[in-house]
This record gives sequence, structure tokens and C-alpha cells, in this order.
Amino acid sequence: MVFHRFRRSGIDNREGAVQKSRPFAASIILAAGLFLLVVLTGVSIAYGAADIQVSTVWNSFVHFDPAIASHQIIHELRMPRAVAAAAAGAFLAVSGAIMQGMTRNPLASPSIMGITAGSSFVLALAFIFDAHASPNKLVFWSFVGSGLGAFLVFGIGALSKRGLTPVKLALAGSAVTALLTSVSSALAMHFDVARDLSFWYAGGVAGIRWESVRVVLPIAVVGLAAAMLISRSITVLSLGEEVAKGLGQKVKLAKVSGLLVVLLLTGAAVSLAGVVGFVGLVIPHITRFLVGVDYRWIIPCSAVLGGLLLIMADIMARMINPPFETPLGAVTALVGVPFFLYLSRREGGGTR
Amino acid sequence: MKYSQKRSQRTSKIAAVLLLCLALTFLISLNTGLIQIAPIDVFRLLIGSGSEQNAVILFDFRLPRMVIALLIGAGIGISGAILQGISRNELADPGILGINAGAGFAVILFIFYFQGNAASAGAAIWVLPLFAMLGALLAGACTYLFAWKGGVSPTRLVLSGIGVNAAFAALIIVFQLKMDPKNFSQAIVWLSGSIWGTNWAYVLAVFPWILILIPYTIYKSRYLNVLYLGDELAKALGVRIEKERRKLLITSVLLAGTCVAVGGGIAFLGLVAPHLARRLAGPRHEHFLPVTALIGALLLLAADVIGRVILMPTEVPVGLVVSALGAPYFIYLLIKMD
Repeated sequence: MVFHRFRRSGIDNREGAVQKSRPFAASIILAAGLFLLVVLTGVSIAYGAADIQVSTVWNSFVHFDPAIASHQIIHELRMPRAVAAAAAGAFLAVSGAIMQGMTRNPLASPSIMGITAGSSFVLALAFIFDAHASPNKLVFWSFVGSGLGAFLVFGIGALSKRGLTPVKLALAGSAVTALLTSVSSALAMHFDVARDLSFWYAGGVAGIRWESVRVVLPIAVVGLAAAMLISRSITVLSLGEEVAKGLGQKVKLAKVSGLLVVLLLTGAAVSLAGVVGFVGLVIPHITRFLVGVDYRWIIPCSAVLGGLLLIMADIMARMINPPFETPLGAVTALVGVPFFLYLSRREGGGTR
Repeated sequence: MKYSQKRSQRTSKIAAVLLLCLALTFLISLNTGLIQIAPIDVFRLLIGSGSEQNAVILFDFRLPRMVIALLIGAGIGISGAILQGISRNELADPGILGINAGAGFAVILFIFYFQGNAASAGAAIWVLPLFAMLGALLAGACTYLFAWKGGVSPTRLVLSGIGVNAAFAALIIVFQLKMDPKNFSQAIVWLSGSIWGTNWAYVLAVFPWILILIPYTIYKSRYLNVLYLGDELAKALGVRIEKERRKLLITSVLLAGTCVAVGGGIAFLGLVAPHLARRLAGPRHEHFLPVTALIGALLLLAADVIGRVILMPTEVPVGLVVSALGAPYFIYLLIKMD
């Protein structure tokens, strides 16, 4: 079987020496990360087609003047974009961390488990049948979609003989992704929206407006708070289901609430930034490497690092090939793939 | 001996039934499409009479396309069977090794840089498949190299394939979005897996490869049988596993590359065909490989017919039809699997 090795070695005992949590490192990451996030947000706002000085950015915050064009650009175009990138990164990273903790599958992440596919499928339908949907509606559809993806994948897991093994979840995720993608692209060709759709599929925060951010942010902040609340149970779950049961944990409850948080955060991220892969896979690994095994630290640090990664990726997306925007999803994939290959080499076992 | 005789008999019976189905689908496919040609007219055309216009549609467009569907269906099926054998992973598929994405990237590059360049328009027919083939080989090589660590384990092979796939997919998106709308729609139809080479020249281009590689694979069934048992056992039986695995892998990549070059990114066929065949003809490769080829051809031909009629007048690329049908089957396998 493909992933049979993963079942044997949980995430945590694989780390060997790194069995403990490192609150000190974690607090440094949180503080430095938040500081960097602010700096990069400034850079992201200043950088773009219209040249804007950093001092202007500062001024636009301190003395906002609607008569000045660059202040308008900053407030209406650049700021929502930076905020959306950071938020989407944070959401994806946290939902990846929760999924990896819950399933003990090092390759688990929203995109591999078919949840982003569900979201994008339903959004594609929305594009086709309701071309002028308001941001509110799109967000709603995105949540419906992530629910659909999760329902399909976990439904398959539940139907199968031995329940939800990590292997089956990952494979079911890729099958569901293939199915949904093929149906939506056939429909897109028929209704002649294929090009719009692939721009959106590619992932990006270029055209985002405050309206969308305003709708998504409150919901997702609730999701983040909930993630913090269940972080203790995730730590226990990551030790293995038997251990968790032995420690008196309500495994079912923890899993269901974990899944709900994942759906909320993934749905929010997809509706903001389209399909951006690999953030949810890579960031939790790096975080776990830095701060240890305690999800009370992993979750907030993942959020900060995920936000950082995506805001950097968005700046890169604008720098690689101006004046074209390189799709955000492609940038994160190019960062994420080498990491994935490294992981798979390590996971693939000895020299056999 | 008795057992294997029984099996061969059974295999021939299965093959006969499949050939019959194939012939039926072939006939149906001949007279479906945007312009319907009644069965009686098809018959007339085949014996040499009938209208000029219908003859053009049938002989210059529909027939080569069907022949190609047959050839690459068989090729992809066998390619998948090899992969499943050498990776001992029943869910392996050429798409998984990044082959489709690699070929897709090469084609996108070609369309991006050379399309619309009037001088190259004539050459495109010949150069495009070549590009696709090179891309497929490149991706296959990448996958193999990334999985190499003093040898290649099946697990690492599949995982590094997933990675290579994602990398090429990302590159495809980068270029795709820079295209103008006309090139873009050509590219997306190609990527979705469409038999676009409706031309006898393509049949000639594909045929020799299929003709050499499929019999070669069947000739190698012995090694596939042994490799399927696992590395330790294969070594104990005296097979030089790494060498045989590499040879078979190259065969598989070549087959998939040829097919992708004219058929675009067709997923799931390489997974489903060997599975059905194994179910019908048993686990020995000398029996189920020929059946795999037949099933692959049958499925692709049928999918092509479905794609032509399901959303008329839009032609749904055959690859999308195959995934829409193949994915549920894959899920079914997953549910049944231990």
C-alpha cells in the first residue's frame, strides 16, 4: 500500500528527539512573526503597478485623505489584498495542522483531502449558473462546497470496511478531487466560462475587495478561536486514538469539532483566495519542527507562519513576471513541491 | 498445468466476448456524432458507395479518431498494468507518475511559443506529439530520480510522482493564464484529454510504438509476475529487480508518452482497465495483459462516444468522461479494499 509506512509511524514518534514542546521558541516565533507580518503587509501594500512610497502608506493610515489617489488605491485595492493573503494563509495552515494532528497522516492537508476541491466545485457551479453572485453568496457557496467535499471523503471512509485509515482518506480525497474537477470543467466548457474558472482555480487575491474580506473574516476568526479551544484535544488525538481514549478523551466529539473547524477555515480560505495548495501541508510540518508537539502552540504559530508565507507568495507573484500576475497557487506549489519531495523521500523508508 | 490451461481457455473466452463488445461499440461510434450517419449509410460507405460528404466525414474524421481511441486505450491500459505491477500498488496510474502533467507542460510551452507563428503552423502536426513525448519522458525521469535512494521503493515512486505532478501542474497554470483566449481553449481541451489528432498521420505515428511495446510487455509478463510478489521474494527468485524494474518503467513511460501525445491527459483509464482485467482473467500477467489492452480500448472508445453525445453540441473531451466514470469505480475499489 502506498502510505502503509505512515500508519506504523505516527507523526510524533517519528521526530525522535523532538518529543517535547518548546514554549520559548514558540513565543519568539509568535512575536517575531507578528512583527514581520506587519512589515510585510506594508511592503505588500507599497509594491505594485502604481509606485507608492512607504511613507505614503504610513500617511494613508495616519491622515487618510480620500482626495489623494494613492490613498484611495491603498485603501480600496492594496489593503484588502494584503489582508486577504495573510488571512487565507493562516486559515489554510491551521486547518492543515488540525487535519495532520487528527488523522496522524503527515500528508494530510485541505487540498489533498478533497475539501478545497469540493469548495471550488460548488463555486464553479455558482460561476456558471449565477454569474453575478454577491460576495456574501459566494462565501456561502464556498462553505457548502467544503462541506460537500468533506462529506464525500469521510462518507467513503465510513462506508469502507475498516473505517477511516489515513491511507483511505488520502486516496479518497484524490478520487473525489478528480471526479468533481472533471464534472466542473466539462460544464465550464459547455457554458464557455472555462477561462474565468481557471483564473479562479489558479488561486490569487488580486481582485479582492473589502466586501468579501468583511464577510469572511468574522466567520473565520470564530473558526480560529475554536481551533485554539480544541487545541488540547488535538494534541491528545495526535498521540493516537487508543491513547486518547485511554486518557479519557471523548474522541468522537474531538474529531467532529476538529472537522467543523477545518471546514469553516478551509471554506473561508477558498472563498478568499481560490485554490492555493501546499500551504496547509508545508506550514504545519515546519511549525512542528520548530515548536514541538503541543498543538496549543502549533496552532497559533501555524497561523502566523501561514500568513507570512502567503503574503510573501503574493508579493512574489507580482514580482516574478511583471506586469503579469503569476497565480498564487503556482507560487506556493513551486515552494511546496520540493518540500513534499523531501518529505516523501524521508517517509519512503530506507534504501530499498 | 491443468489450472493454467483452464485459465488460458477462460482468457480466450473473455477475449472473444470483449472483441464482440468492441465491434458493437465501433459500429455505434461510426454513426453517432453531430452529423448522424444512419447505419445503412455506414454500411453503404464501407462497401464503397454512398454520398461524397458522408465519405469524408467517415473516412477522414471519424474513422481515424476511432482507430486512435482503440490504440491509445490499449496503450494506456498496459502502461497502467505495468505500473501497478512494479509498484505493487493497485491504485497506480500513469497520471500518478507525473507523465500526463509533464507532457501537458511541453504542449503548453509549444502552443505558447510557436502557435500563431505562420511558418510553424504546418509543422505543428508533427512536432506537437514529439514535444508531448519529450515532456512525458522528462517527467518520468524526474519522478524516478527523486525516488532514487540507492534503489527505488514502490512507495517513494508513487509519492515522488505526486510531487512531480504538482510541480508541472503549477508550471502549466503559469503559462496557461498568459495565453490569449484562442490558444487557451486549445490548451484546455488538450489538457482535459481529447483525441484531437483526427488524422491518419497520427494513426501512423502511434501504431508502431503500440505494436512494439505491448507485445514486449506481454513477453515480460514473467518478470511482472515475480516483481508483483515483492522485492524480497523477487530477489530470492533471482531477478535483478532494479534492472527489470527500470526496463519496465521505461516501457510504461514510453507507452504513456505516446498515448498522451495524441490523446492528452487521460486519467483513471490506466487504473481501471488493469483492475477489471485482473478481476476477469486472474492475477497472472500473461493472461490479464491482453485482456487489459482490450478493455482499455473498449472503455476509451465508449467514452469517446459518450463525450460526443452527452452535452451536444459541445464535445466533452474524452478524458473528462473517463474520469467522471473512473473516479466512482476507484472509490468503489477503495471501499472494498482492506
